[in-house]
Amino acid sequence: MLTRNSADVIVVGAGVIGAACAYYAARSGLRVTVLDRGPVAGGTTGAGEGNLLVSDKEPGPELELALLSTALWRELAEELPPEIEYEPKGGLVVASDEAGMAALRDFAAGQRTAGVTADEVTGDRLHDLEPHLTSGLAGGFHYPQDAQVMPALAAAHLLRAGGDRIRLRLGEEVTGLLTGAAGEIRGVRTATGELHAPYVVNAAGSWSGDLARLAGVELPVRPRRGFVLVTEPLPRVVRHKVYAADYVADVANGSAALQSSAVVEGTAAGPVLIGASRERVGYDRTLSVEVLRRLAAQATALFPVLAGVRAMRTYVGFRPYLPDHLPAVGPDPRVPGLLHACGHEGAGIGLAPATGLAVARSLTDGEPPLDLTPFRPERFPSAAT
Amino acid sequence: MPLSASEPYDLAVIGAGSAGLAGAVAAAELGLSVALLDTAVHTGGQFYRTPAPVMGAVRPEALHHDWSPYADLRRRLARSDVRHLPGHHVWSVTKDVDGEGTGEGAGEGAGPADGPWAVHAVTGADGGGERPVRLRARTVLLATGAYERQLPFPGWTLPGVVGAGGAQAMLKSGLVLPGRRVVVAGSGPLLLAVASSLAAAGARVPAVVEASGYLRYARHPRALVANPHKAAEALVHGAALLWHRVRVRLRSAVTEVHGTDRVEAVTVTRVDRDWRPVRGTGRRIECDALAVGHGLVPQIELATALGCTTRPLPDGTTALALDGLQETSVHGLWAAGETGGVGGAQLARAEGELAGIAAAARVLDRPAHGGRVRELQRRRDRMRAFAGAMAAAHAPGPGWSGWLTDDTDVCRCEEVTAGQVREAIEDLGARDARTVKLLTRAGMGWCQGRMCGPAVACLAARGRAAEPLVERRPFAVPVPLSALAALDDPAMPRPDDQGETPSEPGAAPGGDG
Ligand SMILES: Cc1cc2nc3c(=O)[nH]c(=O)nc-3n(C[C@H](O)[C@H](O)[C@H](O)COP(=O)(O)OP(=O)(O)OC[C@H]3O[C@@H](n4cnc5c(N)ncnc54)[C@H](O)[C@@H]3O)c2cc1C
Ligand SMILES: Cc1cc2nc3c(=O)[nH]c(=O)nc-3n(C[C@H](O)[C@H](O)[C@H](O)COP(=O)(O)OP(=O)(O)OC[C@H]3O[C@@H](n4cnc5c(N)ncnc54)[C@H](O)[C@@H]3O)c2cc1C
Repeated sequence: MLTRNSADVIVVGAGVIGAACAYYAARSGLRVTVLDRGPVAGGTTGAGEGNLLVSDKEPGPELELALLSTALWRELAEELPPEIEYEPKGGLVVASDEAGMAALRDFAAGQRTAGVTADEVTGDRLHDLEPHLTSGLAGGFHYPQDAQVMPALAAAHLLRAGGDRIRLRLGEEVTGLLTGAAGEIRGVRTATGELHAPYVVNAAGSWSGDLARLAGVELPVRPRRGFVLVTEPLPRVVRHKVYAADYVADVANGSAALQSSAVVEGTAAGPVLIGASRERVGYDRTLSVEVLRRLAAQATALFPVLAGVRAMRTYVGFRPYLPDHLPAVGPDPRVPGLLHACGHEGAGIGLAPATGLAVARSLTDGEPPLDLTPFRPERFPSAAT
Repeated sequence: MPLSASEPYDLAVIGAGSAGLAGAVAAAELGLSVALLDTAVHTGGQFYRTPAPVMGAVRPEALHHDWSPYADLRRRLARSDVRHLPGHHVWSVTKDVDGEGTGEGAGEGAGPADGPWAVHAVTGADGGGERPVRLRARTVLLATGAYERQLPFPGWTLPGVVGAGGAQAMLKSGLVLPGRRVVVAGSGPLLLAVASSLAAAGARVPAVVEASGYLRYARHPRALVANPHKAAEALVHGAALLWHRVRVRLRSAVTEVHGTDRVEAVTVTRVDRDWRPVRGTGRRIECDALAVGHGLVPQIELATALGCTTRPLPDGTTALALDGLQETSVHGLWAAGETGGVGGAQLARAEGELAGIAAAARVLDRPAHGGRVRELQRRRDRMRAFAGAMAAAHAPGPGWSGWLTDDTDVCRCEEVTAGQVREAIEDLGARDARTVKLLTRAGMGWCQGRMCGPAVACLAARGRAAEPLVERRPFAVPVPLSALAALDDPAMPRPDDQGETPSEPGAAPGGDG
């Protein structure tokens, strides 16, 4: 049996988070093996949207992670091929009445102190930014830092950009973690054998709780379902990421009840994406007609021209979330050698580069790019289930 | 039976082809209230095509063999209380969670409750007429048939290249010929039928090019002997082809189409048993059209969206897994005809009737047995066995992708080439049709992968057996956003209730927060 380490680090999960961890680790000179039981981007990364948002985040650790990521995505857009469809198009959050506008104004004021650019747009100027927006809205805020990528292509090109330092092993499921005498990580077990490395990064998305359990630790990651509606290809009718103010409340709200407010965005390829709903229903894939109705109703309320446009398909994904809606990023003190990079809920595409950079710094004993304390994986009481 | 505005139909049948028609009529004759929905204006499905009146065809039966069973079903339909809803494009079937409509209250992990079904449709010529319709039903029979499988090859997007089944359909319903010299190519029993129809309608058919060797049927002599009508059908076509002096080239394939603005000629190449082109055997055949098809793919997305179990067929397609009485793995949902595997109109009729009887038994709370059921089951089993043998004989060999050059379009909607698909698989980590789609957009266009899906799945398998393609295509047809937005409008009342205001609240908005 091979005992020599075949890699410096094993990343479990070839979604956008695992890809970003692998990319930054490889750039730091490490040899990385990425394992996934399926293809690249076959999990939630291939079932969501690619909004890179700061506009929806209140001041706090997640916004810090998002702001760092925003800067890193801008760098990545230079390094990765144009196929990742990076578009710094900006976001536009609208309110239908004065009360909504007042709430947005408060929210934006707080964000500005944290470094977010948010420009108020009066109702009569909204059409300069979005000509097809419904009339009669009270106004909104323009967030020039909001951007967009195509998530699956971004993940694939992050992995490819790692070059020879990244070895991809697809179609291999991790079924166990190997530990040494002191409980320290020695590698992983798969159906075809053992792979050795002193570090394992848990980037298994919604299934990260299962992987943590293989290491004997509790990490209460759960799936939160979301549907996205995709229209037929259109010429550019929607220029920004446009959404109604109640979205902000949804993100922060941990309730299990259905909440949705449509983010409407055009894509480079033509179709308009309308998403996404948020529900906690386990891994149930069944079509929810009520969710689709709401998404369609909200999108057509914002953009009346969309009423006659056809939805071509809808897809469902499962966001990995933790009870406090913050991801787990960094080393797990309970299992030496185990790091986590998971639980990014509805913002994993946006938060991927900062997460990857933070993980790479931990692996190389470098200075963390931001304070990781709020993301400590061991922060949940162990009886959390 | 109690009748009120919110009372569901006993049975909703989706698809009015051979299977759906037989099922609707059988169930109605046993006393069920039945709605029969179809996209098309006429019943009959893919096989029985009613020509548009302007075409002046007075005797459509002349273009169809086996017309009389259809005529009989049509008569029985006219006599029955079945509510025929033509021009209804069903885009989804969901569990109708009574009175609440959202289905969200179920809580973590809970599956949808057993209860009436909601059938969602839009009306209009091509789904663009845009009236949303929702009706409720206790049981559902899915009889949505199949569509033709296309495998790409250089030049297949040139005008003049048409689907073989499509050519046949055009001929039957509109009496239009795709060209004057038409090469028929691909694989499957349909090719002979298409060639003889084209020849009978006056086209020259310089060749029928079949990639497999019919000899493989010989491996299943029992199935052939047990299906004399199939042998007879083959004889009819064979005789017709002989009469029109059509040459059938076995183990050959059209590997390239020539022409600038439209088809001018094709290259026909011999292939080995894996469908690998044999070098140096290509020969040019002049023609102005090519009718090509590689068998049929069951159209099952309405069922897979509900989580119905599927089964892989020997030809690489996927059908619904059904029990002895045609029920899917989802209680209360039956399927018949091509949705359970491609097997022809006669099999579809037998299965439809069986499903209709079974649904009636469920609704009326009686066991489904008796002589008729046993006889239908016997017939079905015999014809299914034959269908299986045919599917195996015409399974695309792994070598077909040898026809593709890197610049051959695989997905014609999004113009994705074979080279791009290969790059996604070899360099970007795609391993199945879904991730190829994500990384190349192949299958994201108008047809939603119906055209390129099978080809992409084969390419992604890289010579391994392609993973059965289970489509997740929650909309069976595109749906206008306005129709989706109007989904909380009340369900369509049954005809006997028209004029009343339905008491059922439809999909009430669920509580936020
Ligand atoms: C509808 C919807 C819309 C969204 N919109 C946005 C948005 O606009 N912006 C944004 O930033 N985020 C969005 N998200 C969230 C985002 O998609 C996720 O946060 C992100 O994709 C998570 O990436 P991941 O790499 O952690 O997980 P995944 O992409 O799920 O990757 C995890 C991988 O781990 C693999 N795996 C799991 N267990 C094992 C094992 N034991 N062995 C081997 N492999 C294993 C899985 O196969 C999978 O490929 C959205 C999500 C949804 C559902
Ligand atoms: C293109 C083509 C050509 C064929 N040519 C021949 C031939 O020449 N000879 C031969 O023996 N067999 C032929 N067949 C096979 C033959 O048509 C079938 O064996 C037979 O029709 C099966 O009956 P069915 O009821 O299962 O399906 P079909 O007859 O296909 O009926 C399915 C019906 O469902 C409807 N439908 C589908 N989806 C929806 C939806 N979402 N909403 C509403 N309605 C829907 C369709 O409009 C259609 O009327 C052909 C098949 C195809 C696809």
